[in-house]
Amino acid sequence: MRLEVDIASKTFKSAAGEQHDVIAGVSFALDAGEVGVLVGPSGCGKSTMLRILAGLDHDFQGRVSRPVGARVGFVFQEPRLLPWRSVEENVRLVAPLADEAKLSALFEILELKAHRNHFPGELSLGLARRVALARAFAVEPEFLILDEPLASLDAALAARLRDEIAMLMDGRSMITLLVTHDVDDAVRLGDRLFLLSPRPARVLAELPIRTRRSARGEAEIAAIKSDVTRRINGDPAERDTS
Amino acid sequence: MPRLLSFAVLLATWWIGSLLAGDAKLPPPPTVLAAMIVEARSGNLFFHLGVTLARVALAFTLAMSLGAAIGYLMGRVRLADRLGDPWLILLLNLPALVVIVLAYIWAGLTEVAAIAAIAINKLPTAVVTLREGARALDAALDEMATVFALSRWKKFRHVILPQLSPYIAAAARSGLSLVWKIVLVAELLGRPNGVGFEIGVAFQLFDIPLLLAYSLSFAVVVLLIETVLVQPFEARLSRWRPRAA
Repeated sequence: MRLEVDIASKTFKSAAGEQHDVIAGVSFALDAGEVGVLVGPSGCGKSTMLRILAGLDHDFQGRVSRPVGARVGFVFQEPRLLPWRSVEENVRLVAPLADEAKLSALFEILELKAHRNHFPGELSLGLARRVALARAFAVEPEFLILDEPLASLDAALAARLRDEIAMLMDGRSMITLLVTHDVDDAVRLGDRLFLLSPRPARVLAELPIRTRRSARGEAEIAAIKSDVTRRINGDPAERDTS
Repeated sequence: MPRLLSFAVLLATWWIGSLLAGDAKLPPPPTVLAAMIVEARSGNLFFHLGVTLARVALAFTLAMSLGAAIGYLMGRVRLADRLGDPWLILLLNLPALVVIVLAYIWAGLTEVAAIAAIAINKLPTAVVTLREGARALDAALDEMATVFALSRWKKFRHVILPQLSPYIAAAARSGLSLVWKIVLVAELLGRPNGVGFEIGVAFQLFDIPLLLAYSLSFAVVVLLIETVLVQPFEARLSRWRPRAA
């Protein structure tokens, strides 16, 4: 199972009728069991790319070959839960085959046990993100897409959720694609980093990380991070505090 | 408690009004109640109320289901919207009386004509409301359903229908009140039974207690249906919304 992406260009027309180039040549490949990370500045076209890869947008130049009929799990940037269904119903709806044992394991790891019967409107953003993660993992995806799963959370919460995501990814062999603007998250979660330019997006560099995720020491992470930031712009990247 | 109080105020106003205007123009509550009891004893009251209710139920169901389907289509498909829009504007602005009279002329003084005429009067408002609902469907949730490969039925049941339900409730609410009003006119003009027919008879005989007896019984039935059926249904639909403080 392998994902091969070769997008030559993607443009869209604004409401005013102007043409905007969003993607200008992005090609990469990912194998099952690998976590690819698209790292790039905000607004560089990452989300557009994910929509293409998920098969939601067919209007582009190029070719994307993804495993036929693969089960897709997608964690959208805004959680996109059904507000009129409870947390548990939201998860069960997309994963009717998931049994109780699997669901409780998921809810346990993501700290959602107390919230099963709550409606999404009663949850904080952090909790809603966890539900979106539970939903994506519950379908046992063969292709998992995570769009900025840690954005807009405070640093401590983001770190905790990052560890939980790592824990969930460890036991599974799937193609994973993570999008983030945060270099720290990228280095801690990814196996293969793709550094993107500002819009229109191009791949500036591809950086495989050889050490297994769980075996990466702080020194190594710091070294890779400084390498990444140097390649992007020379400035140390700051976590987005918005 | 406040409801009871407001009912008592209404009754008192009526009584005082009847004292001022005289029995002939506005009979006091006991006279009307007596007329009501006579009609109820003979069974006429329940028969005519039942007939009217059956017409309301049929016309309402017909107009709601057809209106919802057409409205959804017009909200989702541009071509359907363009084709249907002139018809919709025509129907929306056509006086109820015109529809009823034409229906009786073309289809005869029949039950089918009456129910069709009532349904046609309500149809365009249901279409307009549901079209607005279909236009407001959240594209983000649609994408979610596509990515997670939800079946058509599941998507309809869990993603689309809940988004449409406030619009369906609004259409049902406004449509029901419209049907309550029009059904009596249709009965007055061309049916041999029903509350509208009885009110017509009372009008011709200038029997004001009888007229009020039927009008008030009808109002009571409407109130009952609104509080027992419509309001609990609306509350159930919106139970996921955080309560207003």
